[in-house]
Amino acid sequence: MLPFPTGPAAARTSLPSRIAGRMSRMTWVDVVVAAAVLVLLYITLRVGQGTTVRFSTSQSVKIDTHPSQLPYDAARSLLRMFVALTASTVFTFLYACAAARSRRLERILIPALDILQSVPVLGFLTVAVTGFIALFPGSMLGLECASIFAIFTSQAWNMTFGFYHSLTSLPRELDELSRSFRFTRWMRFWKVEVPAGAIGLVWNGMMSFGGGWFFLVASEAISVSNKDYALPGVGSYAGAAIADGDLGRIGWAILTMAVMVIGVNFFFWRPLTAWAEKFKNEQSEAGEIQRSVVLDFLRRSNWPRLLGRLLRPVGHGLNRAGRVLGVDDRPLAPDHRRRRTGDIAFAVVAGGLILWGLADLVGYLSDRTGLGVFGEPLLLGLATLARVAVVVVGSTLIWVPIGVRIGFSPRLTRIAQPLVQVLASFPANFLFPLAVWFFLRTGLSIDVGGVLLMALGAQWYILFNTIAGAMSIPTDLREAMDDLGVRGRQRWKRLILPGIFPSYVTGGITASGGAWNASIVAEIVPFGATTLTATGLGAYISHATATGDFPHLIAGVAVMSLYVVGLNRLFWRRLHRLAETRYAS
Amino acid sequence: MVLSALRNLRPGRAAGTAHRPPRPADGDVLLAATGLTKSYAGADGELPVLTGIDLEVRAGEIVALLGKSGSGKSTLLRCLAGLVPPSSGTVAYRGEPLTGANPGTAMVFQTFALLPWLTVQQNVELGLEARGVPAARRAEAALRAIDLIGLDGFESAYPKELSGGMRQRVGFARALVVEPDVLMMDEPFSALDVLTAENLRGELMELWESGQFPTRAVVLVTHNIEEAVLMTDRIVVLGSRPGTIRETFDVPLDHPRDRNSPAFDDLIDRVYRTMTGRPKVTRVPGRTDTVEAEKRTPANTPLPTAGVDGLSGLVEMVEHRGGRCDLADLAEELGLEVDDILPLVDALDLLCLGKVSGDDLVLTERGTAFAGADVQQSKKIFAEAVRDVPLVKLITTSLRQNPDSTLRAGFFRDLLAHHYTSEQVGQQLETATDWGRYAELYSYDADRQEYRLDEAGIPG
Repeated sequence: MLPFPTGPAAARTSLPSRIAGRMSRMTWVDVVVAAAVLVLLYITLRVGQGTTVRFSTSQSVKIDTHPSQLPYDAARSLLRMFVALTASTVFTFLYACAAARSRRLERILIPALDILQSVPVLGFLTVAVTGFIALFPGSMLGLECASIFAIFTSQAWNMTFGFYHSLTSLPRELDELSRSFRFTRWMRFWKVEVPAGAIGLVWNGMMSFGGGWFFLVASEAISVSNKDYALPGVGSYAGAAIADGDLGRIGWAILTMAVMVIGVNFFFWRPLTAWAEKFKNEQSEAGEIQRSVVLDFLRRSNWPRLLGRLLRPVGHGLNRAGRVLGVDDRPLAPDHRRRRTGDIAFAVVAGGLILWGLADLVGYLSDRTGLGVFGEPLLLGLATLARVAVVVVGSTLIWVPIGVRIGFSPRLTRIAQPLVQVLASFPANFLFPLAVWFFLRTGLSIDVGGVLLMALGAQWYILFNTIAGAMSIPTDLREAMDDLGVRGRQRWKRLILPGIFPSYVTGGITASGGAWNASIVAEIVPFGATTLTATGLGAYISHATATGDFPHLIAGVAVMSLYVVGLNRLFWRRLHRLAETRYAS
Repeated sequence: MVLSALRNLRPGRAAGTAHRPPRPADGDVLLAATGLTKSYAGADGELPVLTGIDLEVRAGEIVALLGKSGSGKSTLLRCLAGLVPPSSGTVAYRGEPLTGANPGTAMVFQTFALLPWLTVQQNVELGLEARGVPAARRAEAALRAIDLIGLDGFESAYPKELSGGMRQRVGFARALVVEPDVLMMDEPFSALDVLTAENLRGELMELWESGQFPTRAVVLVTHNIEEAVLMTDRIVVLGSRPGTIRETFDVPLDHPRDRNSPAFDDLIDRVYRTMTGRPKVTRVPGRTDTVEAEKRTPANTPLPTAGVDGLSGLVEMVEHRGGRCDLADLAEELGLEVDDILPLVDALDLLCLGKVSGDDLVLTERGTAFAGADVQQSKKIFAEAVRDVPLVKLITTSLRQNPDSTLRAGFFRDLLAHHYTSEQVGQQLETATDWGRYAELYSYDADRQEYRLDEAGIPG
């Protein structure tokens, strides 16, 4: 899937790395890696599927929907989110470092990441649930891990890309500083590289975390292979309330969700972004400074100093232990023959493994269903593609004028920006029941209504980025246009649209990715006893997930990834390039 | 100077190091480069940046690597520091060929390269921390270095709270605290304002003279001739494309050096002449400059990075001074450094608007006319002048031969790629575009990356 970066910071750190920087190198490597990912998916499925037999005895969990249950559920959900964030951060460090340090691994890891973030995360969920339940038979831990894994997959790719980019674009003098003063590798990482990438990491983390709520809700209650699983949490609470058709309790759940989103933002992300200001590399000029009441409060207290003193010996110990990783140095004269031999060996082994898996996959599919299995999702994909297009075009027509109006007014921006940020974080699937209730009352078809459901989450990215774009248009340009009497259509054509274009493209990419992902839950929606199903690839994947139909699931997920990648390459990437070369300020 | 007089009042402090730099510079050979070349990958094969460099740095001396931008002086410094691998030849530290970063050097950076998330003291401690020195001893040594370099009281400040001069002091303290044999300075004063730079230079020289300097030799990269003459014992002038050692000057003057002394002035003029003059070639009697006689091509005649406005400005200024003026004086008067003014001088020469004779820049007839012309006239004169510039000529003739008078920039980029790095190709085309546009010889469409013959322009 496409990640959920919003705002100027995310646009600055993660997007260029993903889209612009790798424009030319996208060739057969992508095809190979796409195949590799597909193979990996397939292997996990096979392994998971083989062990489901043992699992059939465990019973489904019944969720208590009394409102007093909510605080506990909320805590469980939060815990899941933060465990996933920790896992994403560790993954980011390891994966980005491996890719940035090893020339060979880089050629596989980075394209793999590119494909991974185009794969609809919700398609992974089945794989995760079956796999993890097999790992921890008879225990809730398996389900717990599966849910965390789903959130993880929505966060990790974007964070990793951002950090990889900051590793590879480390200022030259910092690299030379590290080598000239013979830093240990451990020191280089913690004293130079992590701080240098800290701001991007924190902002990416915040945006990815916001996107993660959606997957939390989607993964807490899920049916796989005709079995319903549920974990205690806000998502499953809402799921149960929806199943009961209890609008009051759904309301309570929505309220809890809102409190959590805002609370985490206030108590965790705001202080963290404000704290990360100290890692700004510009030596003097400070633009817009992030502030946080919570951080100011913490800084006034003695705890940070006390904690610092307590932890210092631990830090020293770790630094000493880290010396075993060796000194940051590059040999001046590499052995070319050995290097070449290594390259060839690596290519042969990696290529062989992928080929072997691919052959097995094709064999599996043609044994079960034949390769014609790809035909149906390809057709259905067109329906979903049309919905995605309507979402993007519709949101653009509605939100761009409004966003520009807000961005041009500092007063409106101050009010609207945090609000939109929260709206973008708020899991839209939480609101689906209300929408479905509305559809049922008005008789609106889900084929059309699905568009609205998909737009519920996706539209905010366009609004958010349009505001950021409008804000970035310099005031003197606006004054010059006033002065020259440039108004109306001409003003839009000459000033506003070119000015917001780069930001808008960022928002559009994100909105389009979000809409694809949302289609999996938006094209098939249960409410009480009724289940509304639209024609589309999302519903196809959802259906295959629920019935445990793995060949169709593989085909569905692969085709959706194909659509997402295709749309990005053929459409968004071109716009992005145009924005970079022509409209970047 | 008043500042240095004030500084003298401060009592000297022990640097805590035992070794004194032996003087004069007849100490051990600390660094030695032999047959060093460095080239970067170009379109077809390697493009040399440095060729045939033989250089020794001995204990007790300060050596300047002086050159225009693009002369590879910074690359040479990084080769000596073991940060950049040479393409051929060797760099040895105390006779041992380098296999990685040079263990006997520490670097001071033009951009300071301080870690903004660490305090002054933490920044200074970095090198010791890397060596695994225990925290207490680290702090002690760092405070001593901070003290020595005049940073007392700033230990707990963050770099962004400091002025440029103070930041560079942190850079010096950080390098000195590890007591390297050779201190590597990469244009350490060029990011500072004039007064701050002057003050810091003075203090460093005093430290060096007082014997408290905890290093045994210094290599200074600079493009500032006066700085080199003021501070160093030996000036190695590098020529451009590819960088070679053009000439080496010994500086036999005593510290502190008097800028107004005739010897100082004379040396500056000599170095200036070496840097502005064409590379030495054996001249055949009866023929003029052999380089001029040789056919000029875009490959052997790179366009200097100079805008039309800068050229006009310089020409007018020289015209004001009677069509002839001393280059070193002019640069000083304008507060400019070699890097700023030399491309303009080269461009005047290339366009036959002016030429360098001895220490002076002299306007030609065409140059004088150019200086006095109004906008339309000056465009006409410029067009005449620029027509014979190899790259501009190449573009105009290629466009003329093309049926629809347009050509993609990629065509010229490919042609140039055989002789320049991609960055240089960009610069060459940028200048050619600028000049050609002003002369109304051709236009350039940045969206389509296309050159088009300017039919309405001044007829050829």
